[in-house]
Amino acid sequence: MVAAYRTVFGSIDDYRKGGVECLNDDPKRYVYSNMFEVAANSRPHERIAVARNLDYTIEVCRAEGLSPWMVCAHDEFVVAMDYDVTVHYRKLDDESGIDDSKDGFRTLAGEPAGRAMGRIFLKRGHQALLPEKRAYRFEASRPATLMLQSVSGPETQEKWADICQK
Amino acid sequence: MNQQLKCTVDSAAVGYQTFTIGQVKFERCEYFAYINCPKGEHLIPIDAFLRALMRDVAWGFFYGTVAFDDVFGTTNHYGNVDIYMGSKHSEWVKAGRDYVENFKSDLLMALFRAMLSDWTNAGFDPFAAPQETGTAFGRKHGNEDSLINRKREVARRMVGIPGDAALRSDDTGFPVNRAFLDVDQQQPVIQAEPGFEGELHAYNFFGYLARSAVTWNPSVVSVIRQSLFCPTTEEFVLPIDHGNDRVEWFIQLSDEIVWDIKDGATSAPKAKVTMRAGDVCAMPGDIRHKGQSPKRSMLLVWENASPQIMDMIRDGTVPMVPVTF
Repeated sequence: MVAAYRTVFGSIDDYRKGGVECLNDDPKRYVYSNMFEVAANSRPHERIAVARNLDYTIEVCRAEGLSPWMVCAHDEFVVAMDYDVTVHYRKLDDESGIDDSKDGFRTLAGEPAGRAMGRIFLKRGHQALLPEKRAYRFEASRPATLMLQSVSGPETQEKWADICQK
Repeated sequence: MNQQLKCTVDSAAVGYQTFTIGQVKFERCEYFAYINCPKGEHLIPIDAFLRALMRDVAWGFFYGTVAFDDVFGTTNHYGNVDIYMGSKHSEWVKAGRDYVENFKSDLLMALFRAMLSDWTNAGFDPFAAPQETGTAFGRKHGNEDSLINRKREVARRMVGIPGDAALRSDDTGFPVNRAFLDVDQQQPVIQAEPGFEGELHAYNFFGYLARSAVTWNPSVVSVIRQSLFCPTTEEFVLPIDHGNDRVEWFIQLSDEIVWDIKDGATSAPKAKVTMRAGDVCAMPGDIRHKGQSPKRSMLLVWENASPQIMDMIRDGTVPMVPVTF
């Protein structure tokens, strides 16, 4: 008889956070958080670092409704961690404003001029490429958690004292 | 070492080769690996030893220290490697019984590969969870070279992009693991406008992980310069105690892993970390960690392979924690 296993995922409205129990250490050294908790307590579309290694970041974004357009000089990656999210892509008519020497995403004002490239429909566990210099935005009909692999930039929010176990 | 106390290993009877490098000798019997150095001898149950050895070999001695247990392990200096016995345990050091010998990495790797091949019998997969494989014990019979020589899958940009690391499928020898049969396998729907068909890329990341044939063995799925997403599936116990020489991060994607944390230099216990789906945790650069996963789980290990970190390790400025608050 083959055993049946149940794989447990979390979501923005259903998660069970773990933690650090110290014998002889400081829990703050573990910079411990839960991405669903971060998303649940975030405003839509803000991107909050939950991990940082020198300049590189893992960011959590609460997708809800339609986000602003964003663009980045380097690749980024997004993973849908719970509910459905659509990623829209646009090739900008004018890329001169994208500074190759600057890291991290930048929010664009309004509807930037450019050609629609298409869209990707992400479900739980799907990862998409956000290619360099291509504008993208997220659309979600209900609050959803996105995990982004990126590099720290001026719009990356760091709120360690708010999100981490102390 | 007091030679009168040295264990007797009848290699001729059990059929395994003995391996010697410098002043360190490795022998095995039906149940144990024996590591001999001028300061003493240490035994490790052979199943645990081979699981740890498999990781040390597959990961090229990895980052920092790969502790097989609290006594024996290797420390990577990137081009050369220490074998140590007792030097990461305060009691061995206090007793003056600690021993370290340094070798060129390629020499030690050749010996470890040969040992892994000779000591792994047919029916035992050192990468598999215990319920998925046979026994490591007994006298020499056959080998599992095709399993121990698996190549690590490393994406240059992202899995699934044409020319990059391929998706896993039944046809390519990656069936869905028994513990992840409930994980959805549908690929994301991509609607590209004409002319942009080759520019939109996405894949089922959780579905990909569900098809991993190994445990505790990260692959690389997405890359931004030196930022590497290295997910892995975990079941039972991490075969090594990893003493990283830099910060690394864990993101629990599913289920639960409990980590025992020890001091990297003394083996003294420091903390217990229980990670559940969605949890994010840094592993400081001065500890060792060993994970226990009661049910096969998905873990994202996030590594920074920056040469800048190598410089910082060399000059002693590498941060032990990623952020302070």
